[in-house]
Amino acid sequence: MAKKTYTVSVYTENNVGLLNRISAIFLKRHINIDSFSTSESEIPNVFRFVIVVNIEPNRIQKIKSQIEKQVDVIKVFYHTDSETIFQESALFKLPSDVLFEKRQIQNIIKNSRARIVTVSREYFVLEKTGFRHETEKLRRDLEKYGLLQFVRSGRITVTKSKLPITDILEKFKQDDTG
Amino acid sequence: MEGIKTSPVGSDKPLHISGAEAVVRCLLAEEVKTIYGYPGGAIMPVYDELYKFQDQLHHVLTRHEQGAAHAAQGYARVSGKVGVAIATSGPGATNLITCIADAMIDSTPIVCITGQVGVHLLGSDAFQETDVIGISTPITKWNYQITNADEIPEVFAKAFYIARSGRPGPVLIDITKNAQFDFMDFDYQKCTGVRSYKPEVEVDPQKVKKAVDLIDRAKKPMIIWGQGVILGNAESELKGFVEKSGIPAIWTILGLSALPTDHPLNMGMAGMHGNYASNLLTNQCDLLIAVGMRFDDRVTGDLNTYAKQAKIIHLELDESEVNKNVLVDLVVLGDCKNSLRLITDGIKPNAHPRWIQKFRDLYQIEYQKVIKNEIYPTSDLLTMAETIEKINQHTEGDAVIVTDVGQHQMVACRYARFTQSKSNVTSGGLGTMGFALPAAMGAKMGAPDRQVIAIIGDGGFQMTIQELGTIFQTEIGVKIVILNNNFLGMVRQWQQLFFDKRYASTELVNPDFVAIAKGYHIESRQVKKREELDEAISEMLQDDKPYVLEVIVQQEGNVFPMVPSGACVSSVRLE
Repeated sequence: MAKKTYTVSVYTENNVGLLNRISAIFLKRHINIDSFSTSESEIPNVFRFVIVVNIEPNRIQKIKSQIEKQVDVIKVFYHTDSETIFQESALFKLPSDVLFEKRQIQNIIKNSRARIVTVSREYFVLEKTGFRHETEKLRRDLEKYGLLQFVRSGRITVTKSKLPITDILEKFKQDDTG
Repeated sequence: MEGIKTSPVGSDKPLHISGAEAVVRCLLAEEVKTIYGYPGGAIMPVYDELYKFQDQLHHVLTRHEQGAAHAAQGYARVSGKVGVAIATSGPGATNLITCIADAMIDSTPIVCITGQVGVHLLGSDAFQETDVIGISTPITKWNYQITNADEIPEVFAKAFYIARSGRPGPVLIDITKNAQFDFMDFDYQKCTGVRSYKPEVEVDPQKVKKAVDLIDRAKKPMIIWGQGVILGNAESELKGFVEKSGIPAIWTILGLSALPTDHPLNMGMAGMHGNYASNLLTNQCDLLIAVGMRFDDRVTGDLNTYAKQAKIIHLELDESEVNKNVLVDLVVLGDCKNSLRLITDGIKPNAHPRWIQKFRDLYQIEYQKVIKNEIYPTSDLLTMAETIEKINQHTEGDAVIVTDVGQHQMVACRYARFTQSKSNVTSGGLGTMGFALPAAMGAKMGAPDRQVIAIIGDGGFQMTIQELGTIFQTEIGVKIVILNNNFLGMVRQWQQLFFDKRYASTELVNPDFVAIAKGYHIESRQVKKREELDEAISEMLQDDKPYVLEVIVQQEGNVFPMVPSGACVSSVRLE
């Protein structure tokens, strides 16, 4: 069965150790995680993990129910790329001299719509948010100018359709205040 | 913690007490009467309180932490209550790990409490520090590290609630030493809900209707039930369903004893060493109704050839078990106590005499080729099965049978008779050798009025043999039967059948078990001859004292029928 890229969104309580508990579910099944990010969600104190994996379609539902079974997990969703809006962020650190000496680099920055975050005497930092292939292209273009550091974030995602989680969390809020 | 619902216990004003005392008071609030454990540095403040509360809470000192948690498992399995084990940090905690994994895969409600180094020492590689939260995460239903005494009541309440609700499982609470020493205001509220956790699922009446329809139309239906029936206290609902539908029923080894052995529709054991008819007819039935079971590979064999001709209905509480191994046609989510009752109400009374006759005919073949020779052997050497059969005659099926892992386990599950539920305690999913002796101690304490008989091989017995010390010190009246074939018998059987009889490291040179038992001041006797067996069992069962009976059985006996690992269930072999 052909593998597919899935974005798994996990809504959880804010408890220590959950990251381990969730990643262990992938480890137990020998599944490599392509990207993993976590942050607070639209509801205070409820966290959202965004995990990207490339696996067979018949396994993703099992993974979802294994994660959802965890006591501190509120709800899990998974989506294919076409069902979501997703972005990644990348930072590029380069020596400052190239900015002035190599005219070409200014065109690269302009065309890629990257943003200059900071410039100092020794180095400058570019930021680019977009799809993987865009940050990847920029990395390749900048490599020859002596890229000092490169880092890319995990994928962050919102879904095109409404997630039923909103209702569940809304009920939590009412319970808390009521 | 967010989203926990609670209800108050008692009306006392908050007490200002140490965290260690709070731990003990939490256990008392959860109506725990017995805990199993082993002291050590990081848990000493709690032990100091256990000393003060010894009139209210019985602590059983085992000889190894593994013994403590297996005992807690045995206690939980026969009583349906949460078993509790307690240990210190580091090695004390890691020695619990096998038991926690065992309880996880066999859905046993236990709470394990471990001491931990003080919060200021966490991560410093302090003496007896280990990351037990990290280690136990994949094998616990829930775990939590308490670093502040104030957290103790809420965490304990949540732990007991999680361990026992829904599909039960093990919970571990790690408590740093400072949290045991610090003072706090104790106010215990029982946990009645956690917002992110939904252990109960309403049974969908539409699914029930569909199930009723499939059952009413089936010509060759078959029920396979598992431990879900026992965990859900659904024994009478299962019996009602079986009887009204007239459907023959088979069981997984963890489901064993939910329906009496002599029930006319109890057709025996499923899986690798299950009955001939169960396996063959799984691949002939037109409807398979799976109740509270998880299609373990030892039950299904090759999934590509398992019950492919049949429609399958799965009655299951845990949604993650649905379509995990076997794709089914209809899922009825929810507690099988409810779904079985609703389905039974809906179906028409039925009988399947010609279909049932098939089971009986195949039983006759199995009886002639296997069972007869096992129970009434013609050779001089004793067999495991005739020992079990002899025990049946003495107990009339009323005993709790606790087994270890291997040939004797399969033989005991095949041949032991049961008249009541929660009577078969065994390590099914994890297959933990060394389980039986400590689990039998817990079982006896969980069901003190019942006869508890541990059936153990000579290999597994030596994995937790030190618990004889606990049995002696605590005066636990368990009866221990060692079926000694001087081999790691099941591995040897596989070596014989699949590795050209290369018996790599399976022959055991054993000690004098009777002398060892006597060294622990436990009555003991060895039996080699058939004519002595009956009298020896009688002697073993005559009083309430512990007893070790060593039965020398044939060395190279094999357990049949057998579905070879990964083979199709209908390829079950009789020899």
